[in-house]
Amino acid sequence: MKAIRKLLDAMEPHFHKGGKYEKWYALYEAVDTIFYSPPSVAKTTAFVRDGVDLKRIMITVWFCTFPAMFFGMWNAGYHANTAIDAGFGSLGGLRESFVVLLGAGSYDPNSIWDNIIHGATYFIPIYAVTFIVGGFWEVLFAMRRGHEVNEGFFVTSVLFALILPSTIPLWQVALGITFGVVIGKEIFGGTGKNFLNPALTGRAFLYFAYPAEISGDAVWVAADGYTGATALSVAYQDGMASLQQQLSWWDAFIGVMPGSIGETSTLAIFIGGAILLLTRIASWRIMAGVMLGMVFTSTLFNMIGSETNAMFAMPWYWHLVIGGFAFGMVFMATDPVSASMTNQGKLVFGALIGIMTVLIRVINPAFPEGIMLAILFANLFAPLIDSMVVKANIKRRMLRNV
Amino acid sequence: MFEHYLSLFISSVFVENMALAFFLGMCTFLAVSKKIDAAFGLGVAVVVVLAITVPVNNLIYNGLLREGALTWTGIAGAENIDLSFLGLLSYIGVIAAMVQILEMFLDKYVPALYNALGVFLPLITVNCAILGASLFMVERDYNLGESVVYGAGAGVGWALAIVALAGIREKLKYSDVPAGLQGLGITFIVVGLMSLGFMSFSGVQL
Repeated sequence: MKAIRKLLDAMEPHFHKGGKYEKWYALYEAVDTIFYSPPSVAKTTAFVRDGVDLKRIMITVWFCTFPAMFFGMWNAGYHANTAIDAGFGSLGGLRESFVVLLGAGSYDPNSIWDNIIHGATYFIPIYAVTFIVGGFWEVLFAMRRGHEVNEGFFVTSVLFALILPSTIPLWQVALGITFGVVIGKEIFGGTGKNFLNPALTGRAFLYFAYPAEISGDAVWVAADGYTGATALSVAYQDGMASLQQQLSWWDAFIGVMPGSIGETSTLAIFIGGAILLLTRIASWRIMAGVMLGMVFTSTLFNMIGSETNAMFAMPWYWHLVIGGFAFGMVFMATDPVSASMTNQGKLVFGALIGIMTVLIRVINPAFPEGIMLAILFANLFAPLIDSMVVKANIKRRMLRNV
Repeated sequence: MFEHYLSLFISSVFVENMALAFFLGMCTFLAVSKKIDAAFGLGVAVVVVLAITVPVNNLIYNGLLREGALTWTGIAGAENIDLSFLGLLSYIGVIAAMVQILEMFLDKYVPALYNALGVFLPLITVNCAILGASLFMVERDYNLGESVVYGAGAGVGWALAIVALAGIREKLKYSDVPAGLQGLGITFIVVGLMSLGFMSFSGVQL
C-alpha cells in the first residue's frame, strides 16, 4: 500500500493547477480516493454525525446488489438453457466461445455452473458497456466542469445494468446510460443535484424509444425465437389462475421466472435490502411507504373487483414478488437524491410510488409494469412534498410560540 | 353517470394533462414557475377560469354557433346556418370577458383572493391552455355537464404540473447547471423529463 501512496504522491503535483496534466485532475482524484480516503476531512466535531461517508455508502449499495446480480445471472442462464434444452437455438456469436471456454460448451439447465456462465455472458457485456460508456461521460463532465468523479456512478451503473433484459442490444445499453447520466444527472451538475433517478431515466428513455427490445414477450429469455411472457403479462392476459398454474408463489419469491436480469428474485433483493436497512443507508420510511401504498391500493382493487380486467384480482403478496416491485422499492425508490428528504415526506413519497405502481399495473393496458414510471412520477413531486412538510412545520411552530 | 364524470375528470387531470401531455400554456408555465407560492396562485386562477369558460363556451357553441343551432330563433332556413367559423373569435372573446368579470367580481367581493392572484388573472387571458380546453370541448362534443368537469379537470391538471415544476425549480437552485443552460434552457429539459414521468398515464382508457 505504501508504494501506491508514494506513487500517487509523486504524481500529484502534475495534476494540480499549473501542472502538466491539470486537465486530468478529476481522474487522478478518482484513482486516489479509490485507494485512500480523501485528504480533505473535517477536523472539528461540529457537524460529524456519522463516520460513514458518501464513498462508503455508495460502495455498500453496490455490494448490496450482488445477491440480485448473481442470482440474476443464474436465472438468465437457467431460462436460456432450459429453452435451448427444449430445442431452441442459442443466440450464438462471441458468447458461444466463452461458454465453450468456461463451461465445456454445454447448455445444461441442471448445472448451476453452466447457468451462471451462460447468464454472465449476457450480463457482463451489458455491465461493461454501461460502466465504460457511463464512466466516459462521468469523467468527461468531471474534467470539464471541475467536480469530482463521484462513486454514485457505481450505483447508477449497476442498477441500470440490472434492470435491463438480458437480450438487449449493447448499443442501446450505451445510448440508455448516456441519456441517464448526461440528461438525467450531469447537466444538473452531477450527483446530488439531479431530481430524477439517473438509472431509471435511462431505462425509461430506452423503454419509449425502443419498445421492441425492452418489452413484450420475446426479449426476456436469451434463446433464438423463444417467447416467454413475464409473470405480469401472463397475469394481465390470462388472469391469476393461469399465472398460479405456471408459477408458484415461492418460485416467484425466489425468482425463477423470466424478467429483467436483476429484478426477478425478491429473496436476493431482500438480502441486499436488509443490509441497507441495518446499516441505515436506505430509508426504512420510503420502503415502508412503498409497501403500504402497494398493499392498500391492491387490496382496494381486490375489493372493487372487475369482470374484464384480471389484474384487479391480484393480491398484494403477488404484486410484491413479480415484476420489478421489490427491486424498485429497495434500490430505486430509496435513492437519497431524488427522493423526498423530510421524514414525513419520505412516507408520503413512498406511498405515492406504491399507489402509482399498482394503478399503472392494473388499469393501464399500455404498460404491464408500473414501478419504473411510478418512481419517476413520484420523483417529480418529491420536492413539492418536502416543501409542504417544511411549511407545515413552520406553521406549527409559529402557532406553538404565539 | 357519476362514474363517467369521475373518469373524465381523472383523465383530464392525468392522462391528458394540458401542460405535460399537450404542452399547452407553456409561456406562463415556464415563466411563473420559479416559486411554489406564485405557481400555486396561478394554478388556482387557471382552475377557476377554465371551470367557468369551458361551460360558457359550450353554451355558446351549442346555442349559437354549431350547424342548426339557431333553429330555436324560428328564422326561416335557420337550420342550415353554420356559424362555427366564428368559433375562435367567440371563444377568446368569452375568455377575455370572463376573466375581466371574474377580476371585477373578486376585487369587489373576495379581495383576499384577488390580491393573492394579482397579475396572474389578466395574464391567463392569453394562456393557450384556456383556449385549448375550449377547442377540445368542441372537438369532443361534450355536453354542459361534461364541459364543467372537463374544464375543472384540465385546470387541476395544469395547476398540478406547474406546482410540481415550481417545486423542482426551487430544488434546482442548489444545482450546478452549465452556464449555457441556465434559466429557461434547463427548465425546458426539466419539463421534458417531467412529461416522461407523466407518460405513466398514457394509454389509460377511462
